[in-house]
Amino acid sequence: MTVSAAEPQVATHCPYCALQCGTRLTGARGAVQVRPDADFPVNRGGLCQKGWTAPALLDVRDRLRTPLVRGADGDLHPTDWDTALDTVAAGLRRIRADHGPDAVGVFGGGGLTNEKAYQLGKFARLALGTSQIDYNGRFCMSSAAAAGIAAFGLDRGLPFPVTDLGRAETVLLAGANPAETMPPLMRHLERARLIVVDPRRTRTAERAAVHLQPAPGTDLALALGLLHLAVVEGRTDTGYLRTRTTGFTEAWQRAAAWTPDRVERLTGVPVAEQREAVRLLADADRAYVLTGRGAEQQSKGSDTVAAFINLALALGLPGREGSGYGCLTGQGNGQGGREHGQKADQLPGYRSITDPAARAHVAGVWGVAPEELPGPGRSAYELLDALGRDVKALLVFGSNPAVSAPRAGHVTDRLAALDLLVVADFVPSETARMADVVLPVTQWAEEEGTLTNLEGRVLRRRRLLAPPAGVRGDLDVLHGLAVRLGRRADHFPTVPETVFEELRRASRGGAADYSGIDYARLDAGEALHWPCPEPGHPGTPRLFLDRFAHPDGRARLAAVDHRDAAELPDGQRPLYATTGRVLAHYQSGAQTRRIPELAAAAPEPFVEVHPDTAARAGLGDGDLADVSSARGTVRARVRLTGSVRTDTVFLPFHFPGDGRANLITNPALDPRSRMPEFKVSAVRIAPAEPA
Amino acid sequence: MNDRVLVVGHGPAAHRLVHRLRALGHTGPLTVLGRPGTHHGLATAVLTGALPPDAADLPAHPAGTAEVHHVRAVRIDRARHAVHADDGTVHRYDTLVLATGARPRRPGPHLGGDVRALRAPARSAVGDGPVAVLGSGPYAVEAALALRRTGRDTVLVHPGERLLDGLLDPDAADLLAVRLAAAGVDLRPGRTAVEHLPGTLVLDDGEALPADTLLFDTGLRPTTDLARAAGLAVHRAVTVDALLRTSDPAVHALGDCADAPGDGWEQAEALARLLTGATPRLRPGPVTRLPAADTLAIGTPGDGDQQLTLRDPARGRYAALGLRGERIVSASIVGLPRAVAAVTQLHDRDLPVPADRLALLLGTPAALPGAAEPGPDTVVCHCATVTRRTLATAWHAGACDPAALTAATRAGSGCGGCAGELRALCQAFAREDPAAPGTGAVPAARTRPRTEQPV
Repeated sequence: MTVSAAEPQVATHCPYCALQCGTRLTGARGAVQVRPDADFPVNRGGLCQKGWTAPALLDVRDRLRTPLVRGADGDLHPTDWDTALDTVAAGLRRIRADHGPDAVGVFGGGGLTNEKAYQLGKFARLALGTSQIDYNGRFCMSSAAAAGIAAFGLDRGLPFPVTDLGRAETVLLAGANPAETMPPLMRHLERARLIVVDPRRTRTAERAAVHLQPAPGTDLALALGLLHLAVVEGRTDTGYLRTRTTGFTEAWQRAAAWTPDRVERLTGVPVAEQREAVRLLADADRAYVLTGRGAEQQSKGSDTVAAFINLALALGLPGREGSGYGCLTGQGNGQGGREHGQKADQLPGYRSITDPAARAHVAGVWGVAPEELPGPGRSAYELLDALGRDVKALLVFGSNPAVSAPRAGHVTDRLAALDLLVVADFVPSETARMADVVLPVTQWAEEEGTLTNLEGRVLRRRRLLAPPAGVRGDLDVLHGLAVRLGRRADHFPTVPETVFEELRRASRGGAADYSGIDYARLDAGEALHWPCPEPGHPGTPRLFLDRFAHPDGRARLAAVDHRDAAELPDGQRPLYATTGRVLAHYQSGAQTRRIPELAAAAPEPFVEVHPDTAARAGLGDGDLADVSSARGTVRARVRLTGSVRTDTVFLPFHFPGDGRANLITNPALDPRSRMPEFKVSAVRIAPAEPA
Repeated sequence: MNDRVLVVGHGPAAHRLVHRLRALGHTGPLTVLGRPGTHHGLATAVLTGALPPDAADLPAHPAGTAEVHHVRAVRIDRARHAVHADDGTVHRYDTLVLATGARPRRPGPHLGGDVRALRAPARSAVGDGPVAVLGSGPYAVEAALALRRTGRDTVLVHPGERLLDGLLDPDAADLLAVRLAAAGVDLRPGRTAVEHLPGTLVLDDGEALPADTLLFDTGLRPTTDLARAAGLAVHRAVTVDALLRTSDPAVHALGDCADAPGDGWEQAEALARLLTGATPRLRPGPVTRLPAADTLAIGTPGDGDQQLTLRDPARGRYAALGLRGERIVSASIVGLPRAVAAVTQLHDRDLPVPADRLALLLGTPAALPGAAEPGPDTVVCHCATVTRRTLATAWHAGACDPAALTAATRAGSGCGGCAGELRALCQAFAREDPAAPGTGAVPAARTRPRTEQPV
């Protein structure tokens, strides 16, 4: 294509997943062209259909272009910004006066830039004085974060550059389906023999050398069994275990009971395949263990990840160049979003909100006394569950919990019970449609900022277009509200780079130390992975090469044991349901369902069912089915799938209304990470009842 | 949930019971009489030297889980709900669980030298010299295979004609013997051991086999003295009902001392559920599994009103399923690891067998009725949703190599997984239409129309 000199163009990144594929944008509004950046190492010129069609997101038909306020007639009506912000501020003041600061909640998102995430956390703690802030990243990789911090003393999704995977001989993917969820990642996995752990035969599993297909909710036992085999077959790295880890004996004492036979009986994974997986991992000079949402989104997700980390540690993989453990973070800024303070228990720089030193440091940067900072608040589902009870108002930024939260019918009821629901978004999402005030905000190609991708590299998002008239940036929204709530204007700057400068100071000395990173270095093309503690510091592409982040420098194996899912199939609900993604959609689908090409590729909810299971239920391919759990019923079209287990059905969760897969999901929470059990529900399936 | 539970014995079944009782929410006092034993399932790994002996030890329970007394129970006073220990202490209970285990039955009096029971705690590895294994059951077969795989000369001696006699059907048992022989295990069916001298085992037909070590699994003798003395019903083992209750409803028994289906681990799960008010899930027995030999036996061979048999001797594969209705009531499977796993799960959970039985036995995806053959509307590139038809159109418009097809259609721009298919399609299109522009010198189109929708 030819580009005229006058035509604007920028180098930026795709608006969707944590790969943050490099892209080049050109053209004016209505004619924006995207092409993949051949020089960006993560995608190397690759892009999936979501990325190719992302320009269409800028001008979707129902793009929000003006603030909306719900009137006495119950409908949302256009209004001006001052009226909208005054309405929100007045409501927040009233609720705070009547019920105290914790009656106001904030719900953030893993797609927000670092600057927005940081400012949202600061806004909640200072301007609102509330402890009640959490975000949808809790539903994403929180279990891996909990397990990673426990094992290594630090959580960075991939503690090595993505490109290191390209030289791997063997990669184990536990509950990850990158061929559909982040396709360009597969370019780095072409050489490796893949071991894929997934109850479904996904496109990733189709490429596997070994596909281990456990029943949903049993992968923790499988991981224990793989460790057991590695030990019994003498394949552990005993020197590494002795010098670089602690806790092996206790971990083994749990795994000792998980003989291959017992693991096969529980999981359905043949002993021969368990053995082959261990052989492929142990024989490789360069091997990786990677986890995804399948392992993590369970009421025992952090233990499941810990068990896979134990396996990696027993084989001596983490902290060695060319080998390791990593978590495939999901959302665009799932990494940065979990580091800068929009999480209930956290302050910027990946600091703990209960650590007095961390509180003092951040309070100092913010110019307040440490006592002014609230303590830890509720986790995402617990916060949503409290709406209309203790929490009377909720501000939502970059999230659509009416579709994406577990037990979505209940969450929708809780949202409806609020005195005040404020949603900042650029499309009228299902949650925005329920709001009392809707604030139209900018999107990717209309704003500046930074995101941190799955390998901990800080990336610049750049603006190609001016936002449409009537649309403001999230930082402007927070500024406008903070000022109305009596905060100093200069404490809530609206220029992203100014916010980033403050974020650098706030993160200094923290686990995720950004203090050596600035826009100038990023714009000069430097590849900077945190921690980057000094202005001239080259960043840290590979963590843990010399020592792990615990005080003694050693990694910790965890003494974890298997336990059942919170709910198992029974006579009434004889099937497992598990949920996940399709290639054409992202998260709740609020963005991608609005893009014609993507909607055409995946137009409606479906349920993958084994032909026998369908026949028994009186269902054929293409029939509408009701899939019911103890929490609700989702309606979806039957897709007969010969490779799915007869006891398992699969539903994608991108669809609204009665096609919301989360109507059936279980909000049983992991005790450590507070992750809900998205991946295991007991259900029955039947022909759809006439409406 | 608040009862005082007293467990006598501390082998793997008792240990698991304690763990599961707490996990399932038992809040009352929990006392165990006995020092923690060892994992039965790890004995072979210790014998082969794969594990040091202490790696098989059952771990101490986490603090606060249970009160463990390293004593031996000597008397049960059922009237007072109390158990007396050998140190003079008395332990009261609301619910008593007997887990006193069993002792191996020795094969005969004339066997001296390094002779060890397979179903007893292993205290050291056997030497590198030749090993003889006595027995035809699963423990003997698995141990023989494991020892052979570590390079030791191994011979398996058993008095009956076949291995797992009565558990596997004859065809399966014969094939199992073939597998063992192929793995290098020497077999002596129909023979008994007469004498073991240092380095030599003498059989009843006079044959002398080199054997530094003799391992045996010739049955167990359940430890029932306490139960018998307390007046509980005991036959071969402590008699229990389907809920693992003895003749005294306050006393349960599990593991090797109890006459119950399933193994101690499953019984512990069932009893923990029962004692915490959950629904116990007792599996129908008996199931015999030999993971090292990809072998499974369920029920009595031939049981069922419908028989399904797969015979593939050349590849060492055999499966016979007996069905009643759609349920599996018997199975003899050798050499089909996926079938072993899948059939066990269907049987354990009482699920119907899939209609595509061959797929079940071979472990392949079920055939879909009327599944479409690849055609013009088959999606070739899933990352960009590009069909064969779209690719053909682009090729005929001049995009004649994979790179040009990618530029024109975006096929291959995502995960890169269809690169091979794109190459093959270019060749196929050229074969189908040798005169087309794609084969000539016409330059490839570099962009595709923005308005084009995927087919």
